[in-house]
Amino acid sequence: MAQAANGTLYRGREGMWTWVAHRISGVLIFLFLFAHVLDTALVRVSPEAYNEVMDAYKNPVVGLAEAGLVAAVIFHALNGLRIIAVDFWAKGPRYQKQMFWAVLVGFVVLFAPFAIRHLTIVFTH
Amino acid sequence: MSTTTNYHAGPDAVSAKTSRYRRVSKGRGNFELWSWVFMRASGVLLLVLVFGHLFVNLMLGEGIHGVDFAFVAGKWASPFWQTWDMLMLWLAELHGFNGVRTIINDYTEKDRTRWILKGLLVASALLVLVLGTLVIFTFDPCLDPSSTLSVCTAR
Ligand code: HEM
Ligand code: HEM
Repeated sequence: MAQAANGTLYRGREGMWTWVAHRISGVLIFLFLFAHVLDTALVRVSPEAYNEVMDAYKNPVVGLAEAGLVAAVIFHALNGLRIIAVDFWAKGPRYQKQMFWAVLVGFVVLFAPFAIRHLTIVFTH
Repeated sequence: MSTTTNYHAGPDAVSAKTSRYRRVSKGRGNFELWSWVFMRASGVLLLVLVFGHLFVNLMLGEGIHGVDFAFVAGKWASPFWQTWDMLMLWLAELHGFNGVRTIINDYTEKDRTRWILKGLLVASALLVLVLGTLVIFTFDPCLDPSSTLSVCTAR
C-alpha cells in the first residue's frame, strides 16, 4: 500500500508544491460540488426555498469564498493540463518547469479579470 | 505477461514467482490504468464544461446577482444546458471520486479507517449522482406561478 512517506512521482521543488496544491484544490472542489448539488436540488422543493438560499449567499463573505473557489478551479484546471502534457507530450518532462510558469501566468490572466468583475458585482449590490 | 517466465532477467534477477515485489495485481485487471486514463480524459472535458459554467453563471448578464429560480428555469428550458449540466455532473463527480479514492489510499494506514472513508465516499457519490440527475430531468419551471416561460403560460 502506498503511503504518504513513500513520496510520489511528482516530488521535488515546483513539482512538489504544485502537487500539494493540486490535491488540496481537487478536494476543495469535490467538497463544494457535494454542497452545490444539494443546494441546487432546492429548485425541486419550491422557487421560494431556492431563492431564499441564493439570497442568503449574496453577501461579501460568500462572494469572497466564491472567488476562492474559482481560483482553486482555475489553478487545478491549468495545472491538470500541465500534468497531462508532462505525461503525453514527448517534450513535456523537459519543459515541465516552463509549463509551471505558464500555469502561473495563465492563472493571473484568467483570474484577474474574473475577480474584478465578480467582486465589483458582489460589493456594489 | 507471464509470471513464470522471466524473459528479461539480468544476472541478479529474482524470478517473478519468488520475488516479494508484486508488479501485477491479482485480479483487478487494468482498473488502475483505466482510472489513470479517465482522470486525464475527463479533466480535459471538465475544463471546457466547468469554465463554460462559471463564465455563463458568474460573468454574463448580472453575474452572481442574476442567479435565482427564474435563471435556472431559463437555462434548463434548453436541452443544450440540460445535457451540459448532466455531463458536468457525472464527469466532475466521477473524476473527484476517483481523485479522493487515491488520496484515501495514500494517507490511511489502518484497513478499518480506509474502508470507513471509502464507504462514506461511495455513499456521497451515489447521493450526488442520483439526486443531481433527478433534479435536472424532473425540473418543473412552472412551480413558479409568475413564470413567463411559454410552457407555463400555455397551461
Ligand atoms: C460560484 C460558482 C458557481 C455558481 C454561482 C454556480 C451556479 C449554478 C447554478 C445556478 C446551477 C443551476 C443550473 C445551471 O445554471 O446550469 C448550477 C448547477 C450545477 N453546477 Fe454550478 N455553480 C458554480 C460552480 C460550479 C463548479 C465549480 C462546478 C463543478 C465542480 C459546478 C457544477 C455544477 C453541476 C454539476 C450542476 C448541476 C446540478 C444538478 O444536477 O442538480 N458548479 N450551478
Ligand atoms: C477543470 C478541469 C480539470 C482538469 C484539467 C483536471 C485534471 C486533473 C488531473 C490531470 C489530475 C491528476 C490525476 C493523476 O495524477 O492521476 C487530477 C486529479 C484530481 N482532480 Fe482534477 N481536474 C479538473 C477538474 C476537477 C474537478 C471539478 C474536481 C472535483 C470535483 C477535481 C478533483 C480532483 C482530485 C480530488 C484529484 C486527485 C488529486 C491527487 O490525487 O493528488 N478535478 N485532476
